[in-house]
Amino acid sequence: MSDVNVLHATLPGAGLEHSSAPSALAVARLMLERDLRLAFRKSSQLVQPLAFFAMVTTLFPLAITPELSRLRHIASGVLWAAALLASLLALEFLFRDDAQDGTLEQYALSGRALTGLLSAKTAAHWLLTGLPLALMAPLAGVALGVPTGALPGILASVTLGTVTMSLLGAVGAALTLGVRRAGALLSLLTLPLAIPVLIFGAHATQLAIRGEPYGASLTLLAALAVFGMTLAPLAAAAAVRINLE
Amino acid sequence: MAWTWFHRLASPPHVYRTAGRLAPWFAWPAAILIIAGLIGGLWLAPPDYQQGDAYRIMYVHAPSAWLSLMVYTLMAVAGGIGLIWRMKVAHAVAAAAAPIGASFTFATLVTGSLWGKPMWGTYWQWDPRLTSELLLFFLYLGYMGLRAAFEDLQRADRVSAVLAVVGVVNVPIIHYSVVWWNSLHQGPSVMYLGKPTMPPSMLVPLLIMFLGFTLFFAAVLLMRLRGEVLNRERTARWVTEEISA
Repeated sequence: MSDVNVLHATLPGAGLEHSSAPSALAVARLMLERDLRLAFRKSSQLVQPLAFFAMVTTLFPLAITPELSRLRHIASGVLWAAALLASLLALEFLFRDDAQDGTLEQYALSGRALTGLLSAKTAAHWLLTGLPLALMAPLAGVALGVPTGALPGILASVTLGTVTMSLLGAVGAALTLGVRRAGALLSLLTLPLAIPVLIFGAHATQLAIRGEPYGASLTLLAALAVFGMTLAPLAAAAAVRINLE
Repeated sequence: MAWTWFHRLASPPHVYRTAGRLAPWFAWPAAILIIAGLIGGLWLAPPDYQQGDAYRIMYVHAPSAWLSLMVYTLMAVAGGIGLIWRMKVAHAVAAAAAPIGASFTFATLVTGSLWGKPMWGTYWQWDPRLTSELLLFFLYLGYMGLRAAFEDLQRADRVSAVLAVVGVVNVPIIHYSVVWWNSLHQGPSVMYLGKPTMPPSMLVPLLIMFLGFTLFFAAVLLMRLRGEVLNRERTARWVTEEISA
């Protein structure tokens, strides 16, 4: 794969002088570009979590009631449960291909801080799955009878919540890297840790639907995201190293 | 010289024999204390002026709840020691402790729900403490599931140690988010354990049960640790000698 070669050529230890080695930020940008490009070549992987999200949201009106006035009451729960499940679905692709073709091993051996590289990978994953989910959540909200005034709140809360989900998911995916059929295990590991995101996110959405101020819950969601950004890459890097040994 | 005892913990036969020698010293006091605590709690303590005799399930519920959290913390600390100092026995301790902790969590859930029937009129209430216990139970299941998913024991040890450390960081966040979530929906729960107003005739048996359960845990842990060490060292010569002797 040509992208891998581009990356290797710029990593130290690949025949480059250390004086001309790129900065950590440049490497991170390079990884981001590579992951985005690879993902767009296999675009079905991008569409599947979104289709899953739409499908799960559709189940509820069919199972409960088509009345928008009643759906509005459960909209925040439906949206958040569907968003968490959809972001879980996308996790399997996070490291799988790179682990299979040895790219991940090269990252670990590159002499670069693995935490930084994994942060860039997680950021790419969020751009590819979290952000589209966040953009789609207001649409699903409209379908569930949410007033248009609440849509910015839904967009903001799902955006922040999926950041934390991607970070927690990176830890979960790194832990289960060596496990063959990790799907169910990955959900069992990740969902209990995602409960605070669900609670604060669904509450922000609920308040937005009622037309009340939801800033406090958004702040807590942002706090979780910052906390995750600080610690999750460390845990993910430790797990990746153990699984590569 | 002062650290010899610590260094000797790295030797599996030493740990195996020491655990065998220590276990009865915990098991017998545990049995005596639990019997004394049960007599004190079930017969000698007066009925509660509000709850009647229903409160007596507390004598099993509260010590189980304490151990469910204590064992998870111990697992994370043992896992951390195993990761940092590469101490195999520490991993064996974590592996031996997990099912015991999960059992105590399960016991907490069962007794809590049985206590709920006379108190709330229903077996399950989404009370913040019971809900956190349920999530803790899922964390235990995830930990044991991850451990079981690896063929290679060393990898299982280290990966699950990372998970335990991640989990222990998240347990307070999960707990307080659940408490916060609950405070939105209902007033503070009616159950308050360890009230300072509890008369000594109720409190003393409870403290005896706490101590008894903790010693019981220590005894079971030591016995399970022996099994864990034997299984891990099954190809070593000292095991053959130990068993044929």
